Amino acid sequence: MKIYPLGDAAAVIELGGEISEAVHRKVKALSIQLEAQPIPGMIEYVPAFTTVTVFYDPYRVLREMGVQLSEAGMSGLVSPYRKVHDMLERMVAEIGDEAEIAARVIEIPVCYGEEFGPDLEFVANHNGLTPEEVIRIHSSAEYLVYMVGFAPGFPYLGGMPEAIAAPRRPSPRLAIPAGSVGIAGKQTGVYPIETPGGWQIIGRTPIELFIPDSNPPTILASGDRICFRAISRQEYMERKEGGR
Amino acid sequence: MGIKVLRAGLQTTVQDLGRYGFQQHGVIVSGAMDTFALRMANLLVGNNEGEAALEITLMGPRLEFEQDVLIAICGADLSAKVDGVPARQWCPVYIKKGSVLSFGGCVFGCRAYLAVAGGFAVKEVLNSRSTYLRAGIGGYLGRALQEGDVLTVGSPAEWSDREMRKLAEQSAGMTALGWGISVDLFPSYGTNPTIRVLRGAQFNHFAQESRDAFLASPFKVLPQSDRMGYRLKGPKLELSEPLEMISEAVASGTVQVPPEGQPIVLLADRQTAGGYPKIAQIISVDLPVIAQAKPGESLRFQVVSLEEAEALYVAREMQIEQVRQAIALRYR
Repeated sequence: MKIYPLGDAAAVIELGGEISEAVHRKVKALSIQLEAQPIPGMIEYVPAFTTVTVFYDPYRVLREMGVQLSEAGMSGLVSPYRKVHDMLERMVAEIGDEAEIAARVIEIPVCYGEEFGPDLEFVANHNGLTPEEVIRIHSSAEYLVYMVGFAPGFPYLGGMPEAIAAPRRPSPRLAIPAGSVGIAGKQTGVYPIETPGGWQIIGRTPIELFIPDSNPPTILASGDRICFRAISRQEYMERKEGGR
Repeated sequence: MGIKVLRAGLQTTVQDLGRYGFQQHGVIVSGAMDTFALRMANLLVGNNEGEAALEITLMGPRLEFEQDVLIAICGADLSAKVDGVPARQWCPVYIKKGSVLSFGGCVFGCRAYLAVAGGFAVKEVLNSRSTYLRAGIGGYLGRALQEGDVLTVGSPAEWSDREMRKLAEQSAGMTALGWGISVDLFPSYGTNPTIRVLRGAQFNHFAQESRDAFLASPFKVLPQSDRMGYRLKGPKLELSEPLEMISEAVASGTVQVPPEGQPIVLLADRQTAGGYPKIAQIISVDLPVIAQAKPGESLRFQVVSLEEAEALYVAREMQIEQVRQAIALRYR
């Protein structure tokens, strides 16, 4: 375990060095703890694959911990990051790693290739496969939602077969359409809204992953399991028109 | 009745201090790029400092006031005029119904903030009134203002309402109140600014020449820069050896370097997580400074210690608290 600052108003707690379900359970356990008992001055926390990042207001950390601030500000006082670091260190020491992972399985239909998946050929060529083999491999695995981030409702998934891994694009695209399914390294995911991004795009889903009027505003949560199902262009169009 | 948009300007959006608490669902923070200017503009008109205001970018809008208002404009100097008469910035300005606010040439900076006593009455989405353009939520219909839009003004605080009534009797058009925010309190605004940073988590993974170049060379702000991030052009920054990165949270002011070697500074509309190496992190008090840098300007980076950044942060908050108290006293 390692804690380090992300600037002067956030701290990163690294709970492992690799993407694994064991590290994911620790991330989940710390998230549950922070939800139940936010540290003084905390604004929010963001779980990721191997880390939880705590955003805080340094001024509020000192105030809420009863540190007296003089006219001269905080010269000679302990740093807010130090306080946050120590609180987080104690919290991590106390939590177990037996957090429950939800068993929800969600199916995401995907129309692969052609205009919906301009990089399908690249991913196939990179791995010495045909596009059909990439589709079959991508849609037969079961994935764990390790984190939701980058864009509203964007799931970072674990469990992608290495046979279809591909490097990020050297320069990110300025606009990737909503619903695009991509691969970056050993990761795969779905873009819920139009956004720039560096992933290799292999297909598109008609399902909406971001619903701003609901709380939480996403259908996927950290800990869910999902699978992709290949659909035809026609089914894509029908589902797109029929809503979800 | 409210504020009518006669011309939209380049990009005018409703912003507050941001949409916090939903980053774990991937919902970005958004909010004002220059939070100092937004907070000051709100305090000057008697609002809570986090009230929604207009963020006005480079080429300002033309706005017609359909009611008497008390406004404050802070941040960039975009030559604001009320019925053709220059309007003072960083102070409360009373404007009579029927007047037109327009903007002209850009004298300094990139983003001006217009707060109005009572704030803008737009719907909160996920606890914030900030416009999140890419998702089309928050602010005014989730988008930048367009010609013909009418913004509704909320109920002003008691003292600013009282002040407006008093001025309504005395004033024929625009009246700037004789006090405002002192220049001494401004962030270290400047053209071609030096931006203070902390070393990023992967700073030491960059080649020594790249580390040196990052801190010694100017970086040009490219035209593709926006609220999501500033794309910079300078010496190519390279890792000493390839690095396998696992995506994790990023913050406003994170300076990340994609494989092409040109840094990107993540700002208000940044994504919640990123997978590129982080060479640096801009300190909080300098985020308003970079927010005012225009495409074509050059930036330089200077490393400071975490303790220094924290001391500056706390000092800034104490100053803002003093401003808040001084304004409250003035209107008691």
